[in-house]
Amino acid sequence: MAEDSKTPLLDQLEDGPWPSFVTEMKRAAEKKDAAKDLLGQLERSYNDKIGHWKHGGIVGVRGYGGGVIGRYSDLPEEFPAVAEFHTFRVNMPAGWFYTTDKLRQLCDVWDKHGSGLTNMHGATGDIILLGAPTDALQPCFDDLAEIGFDLGGSGSDMRTPSACVGPARCEYACFDTLDLLHEVTLEFQDELHRPMFPYKSKIKISGCPNDCVASVARSDFSVIGTWKDEIRIDPDEVANYATNGMDIQAEVVDMCPTGCMKWDAEGKTLTIDNANCNRCMHCINLMSKALRPGKEKGATILCGGKAPIVHGALMSWVIIPFMKMEPPYDEFKEFVQKAWEWWDENGKMRERLGELINRLGMRAFLKAVDLPPVPQMIRVPRANPYYFWDPEEVK
Amino acid sequence: MMSRTDFGPPNYKDMLPPVIEKNYGQWKYHERVKPGVLKHVAESGDELYTVRVGSGRLVSTDWIRDVSQIADTYCGGYLRFTSRHNLEFLVSDKEQVEPLIDHLKEQGYLVGGTGYAISNPVHTQGWIHCHTPATDASGVVKAVMDDLSEYFTDWKLPAYCRISLACCLNMCGAVHCSDIAILGIHRKPPVVNHETVRAKCEIPNVIAACPTGAIRPDPKEKSLTVNEEKCMYCGNCYTMCPGMPLADPIGDGVSIWVGGKISSARTPPKFSRLAIPFLPNNPPRWPEVTDAVRNIVETWASHARKHERMGEWIERVGWEKFFELTGIPFTVQLIDDFTLAPETFRSTPTFKW
Repeated sequence: MAEDSKTPLLDQLEDGPWPSFVTEMKRAAEKKDAAKDLLGQLERSYNDKIGHWKHGGIVGVRGYGGGVIGRYSDLPEEFPAVAEFHTFRVNMPAGWFYTTDKLRQLCDVWDKHGSGLTNMHGATGDIILLGAPTDALQPCFDDLAEIGFDLGGSGSDMRTPSACVGPARCEYACFDTLDLLHEVTLEFQDELHRPMFPYKSKIKISGCPNDCVASVARSDFSVIGTWKDEIRIDPDEVANYATNGMDIQAEVVDMCPTGCMKWDAEGKTLTIDNANCNRCMHCINLMSKALRPGKEKGATILCGGKAPIVHGALMSWVIIPFMKMEPPYDEFKEFVQKAWEWWDENGKMRERLGELINRLGMRAFLKAVDLPPVPQMIRVPRANPYYFWDPEEVK
Repeated sequence: MMSRTDFGPPNYKDMLPPVIEKNYGQWKYHERVKPGVLKHVAESGDELYTVRVGSGRLVSTDWIRDVSQIADTYCGGYLRFTSRHNLEFLVSDKEQVEPLIDHLKEQGYLVGGTGYAISNPVHTQGWIHCHTPATDASGVVKAVMDDLSEYFTDWKLPAYCRISLACCLNMCGAVHCSDIAILGIHRKPPVVNHETVRAKCEIPNVIAACPTGAIRPDPKEKSLTVNEEKCMYCGNCYTMCPGMPLADPIGDGVSIWVGGKISSARTPPKFSRLAIPFLPNNPPRWPEVTDAVRNIVETWASHARKHERMGEWIERVGWEKFFELTGIPFTVQLIDDFTLAPETFRSTPTFKW
């Protein structure tokens, strides 16, 4: 770097093997003043050890309440090209599959209206177009619409749902995650684009208990594929794994959480007591050629997952142990709507579904969504004697 | 003219390469060929090779055009991204796999992130584009992964290792179930700007937003007051009200959490647990953070059994052993004092010395 570099700290992040975001910013800065000023402001943050974006700001496009995040620099005189630097959340195609033609169209639109910088992708799954001034928002959206890209969610709405790669490239998928995702996204366009809930609401869809989209950690509605019948075994392939050096006793059988497997090393035979299998995926993950999920497939629906804000992080809880997942997915859509209605009616501002269930009790939630209590919902029954009876039950 | 609205995302069916379209839902098994390369075989006998590369996530349109060009040459014009922001080239012609990898390496892309490796860290915006960060995101991740890139490109670990970073407690990245979570934190209470509070904030909403009940009305100022002894610096009040800023160059920094997982394989999903309550923001390369992460990764890698995730190893040997083996000092911040604290205390004398 030349001695007169304006970004000596950031320049150091161009070294090293991992892809450099600084290099990417510099590439964009060759064409766009906004990217150049973004570099300058970030260098300032690296010196000051503090962010330089103002608090919030509401911007948008016609007809939508969300999808664009307002962002303003607190150093607009020094960095005028990022004085207004708003973000689009653009709804990605399911599974994050693209044709290169479609990507180039997207790049052309973004080069025309914005900074030329993106996130592929944001944590929620959207394509993030990073940085456009206020008066570019509507024309940019109009051009995005022209090439078939709609906006994702932001604020107190349904956030952009996402799903794992599913049957497009995974033999573990217990239902069509991409089809469900696409269907749900189209069904709930109003909820996605017009914030009217107490807070954000997330739907994340994984085809098996490996949960590649982290649904259990972060989504109000976690859909996780599972099956009801027996793990399918190909005995010859099991034997091949053993022949090729896998220690099936130590690596598979001894690590099975339910102890439902037996390995006969001499006969190279694996037997599974399926009635005691909890379908954790460990054995299937290790021997994908030999073992496969059963044929009676569907999903477990879990609710309430969220990050810490406001009252602490929660992982989703089993609400519906098994649901068939077939188009048009009416049972799932109706369940989500019922849960949303209850949440909308009872939730306080910025209270996620899991926090509301915690505050009013699982009992109230089950009543609202009209579901029976079943032991699959809990790890253990309560250990305290403080419980309610409906007066109707005490007669 | 009224804009078209509510038409939804592009249909994924128009984005699938022919080999996937043909074998959709008919994949039989897969193999991990080598780091960064997966081979999926369909019932039809068709093969699909996936070559995965790391991405800095913050990319220019030129980068997208570059990788599109590569996908045109080797993959018939199709590519995809993963849930952890890796880029995947989908190759249906086996003969193209090695030339593609050679080309990628020549161009400086890192091939890896599959199998028992550290995959691409999920992360947030940080100082680049967020209004509530306690640290940068892309810079910390770049520094950590520069240091650990060998674990991305090689299989040297006992199991998967998922590193994630969120630059504040809002956790856009939902990092709280990661093998190693890097979380930006504040350590100073908000400094109330009465004028801004009066002009811009809904006082009852700000009070309700405090998880510890530390915020009270200040009738004299027609504003708010913070009971600093009760404040845990979560920043939620600032999210609600620009008159409550708490970012501070000395107060802000990074905490390290370990042992979380998402998958239900063997053991249920786990929350990450606090291991290091604070490391300073030391840009551009955050050496305290990169050292801490490497120490944790390598201590786990050298002690865990095959297939044992970080949290499974720690639960087997015990947290007291984790602190002994890593040499991480145990401080009072590691003992929970939020709502579910008692669940984390020990009620048996069966611990290890």
